[in-house]
Amino acid sequence: MAELDQAHESYELGMHTEQLSGRTQQVFFSAEESDNLVYPWAPEVDFDKSAEVDAESLGQKAVNAEIRRLMSEGFGTITVRNPGAKHSLGVGILNRLNLHFDGSLGYFGCGLLDGPNVTVSGRVGWSCGENMMAGTVVIEKNGGSTFGAAIRGGDLVCKGDVGSRTGIDQKGGTVIVGGRAGAFSGFMMQRGRMVILGDAGKNLGDSMYDGTIYVGGRIEDLGVDAVEEELTDLDRHWLTRKLAQYGLETPNGVENMTKIVSGKQLWNYDNLEPTEKKLVL
Amino acid sequence: MCGIAGLIHRGKSSNVGRELTSMLQSLKHRGPDSTGFALYGNPKPGEHVLRFKVAEQEDMRHGFKIHDQVIERRAEVDRRLDELGARRISEEAATEYAFRYWISFDGDMKKLADYIEDVEGAEILSIGNALELVKDLGDATRVSGQYGLAEFDGTHAIGHTRMATESDVDIRSAHPYWAYPFNDISVVHNGQLTNYWGFRREMERRGHRFMSNCDSELIAVYLADRMDRGEDLEEAMRRSVGELDGVFTYVVATSDKLGMAKDVMAAKPMVLYESDDFVALASEEVAIRSVFPHEIDTYDPYEGEVMVWQS
Repeated sequence: MAELDQAHESYELGMHTEQLSGRTQQVFFSAEESDNLVYPWAPEVDFDKSAEVDAESLGQKAVNAEIRRLMSEGFGTITVRNPGAKHSLGVGILNRLNLHFDGSLGYFGCGLLDGPNVTVSGRVGWSCGENMMAGTVVIEKNGGSTFGAAIRGGDLVCKGDVGSRTGIDQKGGTVIVGGRAGAFSGFMMQRGRMVILGDAGKNLGDSMYDGTIYVGGRIEDLGVDAVEEELTDLDRHWLTRKLAQYGLETPNGVENMTKIVSGKQLWNYDNLEPTEKKLVL
Repeated sequence: MCGIAGLIHRGKSSNVGRELTSMLQSLKHRGPDSTGFALYGNPKPGEHVLRFKVAEQEDMRHGFKIHDQVIERRAEVDRRLDELGARRISEEAATEYAFRYWISFDGDMKKLADYIEDVEGAEILSIGNALELVKDLGDATRVSGQYGLAEFDGTHAIGHTRMATESDVDIRSAHPYWAYPFNDISVVHNGQLTNYWGFRREMERRGHRFMSNCDSELIAVYLADRMDRGEDLEEAMRRSVGELDGVFTYVVATSDKLGMAKDVMAAKPMVLYESDDFVALASEEVAIRSVFPHEIDTYDPYEGEVMVWQS
């Protein structure tokens, strides 16, 4: 197992091939399209060139504008002091950047990211990392509900507890929760990986189409069409590597985690003819 | 979407009027239509504070007659208080149409409330030993300034900024709701109750009255009903999570307690900060930061969770 390289491993885990094949589904993005990895207007930044922004007396728009201005001047490492739980900070960054928030964020922080590595020393409110496409976001304390909603790529990590509907409509990437995740986590999950090291609330993985959820603690109950599956060596190897990357560990060991996938009964529903749907309903 | 907030000092009094004003002003974007405060002061033995209004703010803009009517209605309230043996210790006009009386009364509180509310345009906002409930149109700073709340000292308080969705922009649809006719119980709510009408009819059959068509009022009446049947606050709240249907997070206060409950879907937000001597909770952390600007540890209560704190 150890000799598997990461690219091989990711293929084996199905990260490159899991696709929804219902009539209404399309593939929007392929990791092989190298021209999609960097935006043509993305400024060149130097990670050794650093700057600080004091957000205490600034509104959220002004903080985000200041981050953009510094990026356009080539600053590759930016620290935002006193974010004060303001909403929508650090959103829409489509660039490589080391961004650190020294404090807590309010709602919709770090949404629509494509590339930066973000750390938050405090807590984040609802909908952190929504629609994230690439990069990493690591939160040291707790997160609110709808953490990582519709995330498409990258790693979104909360070392504390998160609220309900974590990873709702997750379309790719990895969501990692160090503590507990609330009810309806993984609701309508489509792709990607979710790792919950603590307990999971009720209706875990409800109506999930695809993707995988790993849980280290107790699962209150499973949602409709979410089923348990045996962990494979690939799962164990990937979990060990991924958790080590963020300095996390599960109290009972990776080998005792529970793996949840889609039973694909509801998913097949989409392939029914309209008349068949009526029969099901 | 509405914003709700609450705070409680454990074992001491503080300027809760100013603190709650600051929290609610931070939540203005969640609901600019009206703002309400339920403030719990330091009760004097044998005294009740009666907050009531005899017109809506909007009524005052329509014609000259309303100004005379307000005077007549207040006089009628005074007459009825005297008739039932309630001694008026002191009086204060918070606005032209809203009043704050300190009364001494040891009779039937429900009878007193019903008799006063029978006066045209009259609505009791609250009766309590510790509770003073104020609500009006506008944001927190405006309402607090209008009613002089910035200097209010007490142990705890809850408040609400309202985005009107299912009922009118008026004072009677504004929160908090007093749990008529019980002393010192008030409720603020964010969400929608889907079994409102069924429960309302049941409560009306049991003799409770509703002053608005706002679904949030049901929570106050429901809790009052359960407590009237002998349940304590926490038992009543736990029952409500199972029996009330819809999405909700609500905050309730009594003379010495603050509580919060969240529905099983956890669809409405709540952020909580708790230290040894202080608890603050709000729809958004930014409201708590308005009282605690430094870095603090906060968290979201879980789905279906009920929590109660003692002052």
